Amino acid sequence: MTEIDNKIEVRDLRKAFSGKVVLDGVDLDVPRGESLVVIGGSGTGKSVLIKNIIGIIHPDRGSIKVDGEEAVGMKARDREAVTAKFGMLFQGGALFDSLPVWENVAFGLMAGHGTSRVDGKEIAIEMLRQVGLAPAVAELSPSELSGGMQKRVGLARAIATKPEILFFDEPTTGLDPIMADIINDLILQCVRELGATALSITHDMISARKIADRVAMIHAGKIIWTGAISEIDHSGNPYVDQFINGRAEGPIQMEIGKP
Amino acid sequence: MGFLAAVGRAFIAFLAGTGRIALFTGNSVMHCVRPPIYPRLIVRQMIEVGYYSLPVVGLTAVFTGMVLALQSYTGFSRFNAESVIANVVVLSITRELAPVLAGLMVAGRIGAAMAAEIGTMRVTEQIDALSTLSTNPFKYLVAPRLIAGLVTLPLCVLAADVIGVFGGYLVSVHKLGFNPAIYLKSTWDFLEALDVISGLVKAGVFGFLISLMGCYHGYNSKGGAQGVGAATTNAVVSASVLILSSNYLITEAFFSTVP
Repeated sequence: MTEIDNKIEVRDLRKAFSGKVVLDGVDLDVPRGESLVVIGGSGTGKSVLIKNIIGIIHPDRGSIKVDGEEAVGMKARDREAVTAKFGMLFQGGALFDSLPVWENVAFGLMAGHGTSRVDGKEIAIEMLRQVGLAPAVAELSPSELSGGMQKRVGLARAIATKPEILFFDEPTTGLDPIMADIINDLILQCVRELGATALSITHDMISARKIADRVAMIHAGKIIWTGAISEIDHSGNPYVDQFINGRAEGPIQMEIGKP
Repeated sequence: MGFLAAVGRAFIAFLAGTGRIALFTGNSVMHCVRPPIYPRLIVRQMIEVGYYSLPVVGLTAVFTGMVLALQSYTGFSRFNAESVIANVVVLSITRELAPVLAGLMVAGRIGAAMAAEIGTMRVTEQIDALSTLSTNPFKYLVAPRLIAGLVTLPLCVLAADVIGVFGGYLVSVHKLGFNPAIYLKSTWDFLEALDVISGLVKAGVFGFLISLMGCYHGYNSKGGAQGVGAATTNAVVSASVLILSSNYLITEAFFSTVP
């Protein structure tokens, strides 16, 4: 395996907030064209990991390479070129509530690719159709949409610029099981159609089993296991076993009742 | 030793805060002048800051002018100097009261709104989403607001000057029995360009400071509703203090050598 086979390479990534270590030397490879899902409990550093890779948070130490290019410490202009490869579905949708749905979807095209408003609207309606939403939704405000519809609009926005790498932050959190399955199907469909590399974080194992080619488990700021999704039930790792089976007993001790 | 340590910590925190604001200001100003510029957003913010603030600024100005005429009459009639009331009104309004009171009113209205809007965008990850959509949040959110504050508050104050003088005229002519033509002539004769210009310069500075504080506190808000609430309060308080302190410095710069 050569380095270039990995779309993203993370090495010894460390991040602490006010002395509290969140990422404690994360090593992670995301192979090109594959869908990697990082699983882990709440507060284990999943969101911080993804935000470091996107460039929203700056790591204290370590290396993040995108297409073999070092992204840590990159100049702002070069960083923009790397960010242009990304599309992201945020946990809460993060739709701009001051803009109608179609402007949300076409935002990246109009802001970063110089697409006109007329063309942007046309593309936005097509993107909405791809995620199963009617053209009438385009004129609505995000606040008029249900949680599931907001996730779909967020997905449409993430894929509108045809990114090379898609990030999904807890894509099914807060959705009912049927809507969660619909979102999982849409994620699969979008990733396949774009031929993109995908990095998701979730603690929803149903979602992970559906959208992952490979899985990595993060615990206490470190990646403690990686493997193909087909291997996860026989990982031999007690942390992974406890997590995927949702058992209270095991090596993972939740901080409950501590002052 | 404990007392000295507490003073030292407070002083270091003050210096750190000042440094953060200075960096934020430098970054914001740089993005105000470097393309891409968003004219549509600047116009939207100008309408928000200027047009929608006019009623409250106008009401403040008219009542201030009226009270000023009434109080001046009470004081100056003791020395048979009622004839200078027009001069007192126009000088006080244009040099001090219109810019300061308009600034404080707009700080309450616009500074709070900016902090709340940007703060909500921060805690709902909308600012993070901007970064992933090839859009610099400073260019998209901060620069238009700074430009709008800088340009629009002087226009509001110009209107407040006229309305405030009109308030003084109303009371002087209809309640105190002044001759309208003499009152207006006295106002016009005594008014100098520097009086108006100094007020407009103050308004420009105040508008910039109001927007800066609204954006800074909103951009750096943390947590949920409580964090946004704190950002809103801090934006209004810091803008008000800065308005009052910078008002003295600008007055000193303009009038320390001019009678």
